[in-house]
Amino acid sequence: MIRDITLGQYYPVDSVLHRMDPRTKLFGTMVFIISLFLADHIVAYAIATVFLASAIAISRVPFKFMVRGLRAVVFLLLISVSFNLFLTDGEVLVRLGFLKITREGLRMSCFMGLRLIYLVVGSSIMTLTTTPNQLTDGMEKSLGFLKAVRVPVHEISMMMSIALRFIPILVEETDKIMKAQMARGADFESGNLIQKAKSMVPLLVPLFISAFRRATDLAMAMEARCYRGGEGRTRMKPLRYSRRDYGAYVVYGIYLAAIIAVRAAL
Amino acid sequence: MAIKAEHLTYVYGQGTAFEQYALKDVNFEIPDGQFVGLIGHTGSGKSTLIQHLNGLIKPTEGTVYYDGEDIHKEGYNLRELRSKVGLVFQYPEHQLFEIDVFSDVCFGPRNLGLEKEEVEKRARLALEQVGLDKKYWEQSPFELSGGQKRRAAIAGVLAMDPKVLILDEPTAGLDPRGRDEILEEISQLHRKRGMSIILVSHSMEDIARYADRLMVMNHGEKVFDGPPREVFRHYRELEAMGLAAPQVTYIVHGLRERGVPIDQDITTVEEAREAIVKLLKG
Repeated sequence: MIRDITLGQYYPVDSVLHRMDPRTKLFGTMVFIISLFLADHIVAYAIATVFLASAIAISRVPFKFMVRGLRAVVFLLLISVSFNLFLTDGEVLVRLGFLKITREGLRMSCFMGLRLIYLVVGSSIMTLTTTPNQLTDGMEKSLGFLKAVRVPVHEISMMMSIALRFIPILVEETDKIMKAQMARGADFESGNLIQKAKSMVPLLVPLFISAFRRATDLAMAMEARCYRGGEGRTRMKPLRYSRRDYGAYVVYGIYLAAIIAVRAAL
Repeated sequence: MAIKAEHLTYVYGQGTAFEQYALKDVNFEIPDGQFVGLIGHTGSGKSTLIQHLNGLIKPTEGTVYYDGEDIHKEGYNLRELRSKVGLVFQYPEHQLFEIDVFSDVCFGPRNLGLEKEEVEKRARLALEQVGLDKKYWEQSPFELSGGQKRRAAIAGVLAMDPKVLILDEPTAGLDPRGRDEILEEISQLHRKRGMSIILVSHSMEDIARYADRLMVMNHGEKVFDGPPREVFRHYRELEAMGLAAPQVTYIVHGLRERGVPIDQDITTVEEAREAIVKLLKG
């Protein structure tokens, strides 16, 4: 029913990207995002397309899953593309009443659209090939330097991994409670807005109660195992770079250099 | 011929890496007034199966009939079906939400669009049938003990006055006394109100004691279907599926191996006691 949430959904297959260190993937996503904002020429976009396409191919995740994330931003995409298309000044190509399409507008909106799509697909590759736990581990380690300025990096990343861990559980729980209430004749679909909001009560009350119950259970279980924050805590699987990670960094370097070179030269 | 399932197949996440058969070509017919035990290992498809019977899940392939009518045909009233085929989920107390027990039990019949008086009449009857004392009716459901919450939740389904009652492990997490009481009340509903019961359970003892018929699920397929004593003869195969026969079946088979001429189809402790006493006297 409500299982179509891709955000943070890991796709379990074995690929080079899946085995890569999460820090490498985080950094790679960052490089890719920066490169998208540096790119302002068709050649630069061609290079970005090649980079993205090879990442998709290496990841072995079906293309369908990558595009799924786009559904959430369709609206944003349409707005930003049409704003750029109709409201950019320049050499007029078509005129529709008070709206005009200019050569510059066309160019801008194409780039803007591509940029957004690539942004979403690029970050989906990371979340599809990295488990939420690996991701937060990677963040904790890469942001470790912030500890020096008293940012509780470990606590924040622990909260994040717990929150991520709970998303599928709560989704499943919602599904279960919804079904249980439907078995008692509840109707979640028909009716006007107020009736719909009212019909949510039998769903939300049990859901909140179960979330609180799970939270206290988890806190108790953590205390029972003497959890007391990040101080002096070691890891069962410490993150270590391997050769493929160094290889990936070299590829990032070449890619970013190419994008900058295109920006400077063309 | 109350409920009939034909070639029921259900696939999770079709066309993805998560694709998994939850049900594979399951067929059966449950006549009115039968007490059916449904057993299977965790993940054998029994929970998925029972959700098909009141139309909460639509089968990937196959058809479910209630009183001869396809429940997924155009214009079929699924809500009415859900009042006739009552489904009590596992840990049903997790669905309680009202400010007091009585209002919570009223939720089901009220959704059927009944008059206030009829709703309250049904709620009272249901609460009495599950044996929940009157002093709890005005309390918040969250103040009750585990066993009482469970009863209140079962009453919530009973108040819809179903013809068929499906219960998914209604005794999970209860102490032995609470378990016996709930099973006894379910058995009374079967005997006195002539309700069909489908009981999902892990306890072979419970099934042997109450069910007329036993269905065994394994990896989404129905592997055995028949009276409990016949099914328990396959206790070696049941073990291979991670299930077991009642303990007393093992004793009986052990006795037979040592040459004691005892009936192999004994499934309850009472029957075994009688048979053994008879043998000792005889």
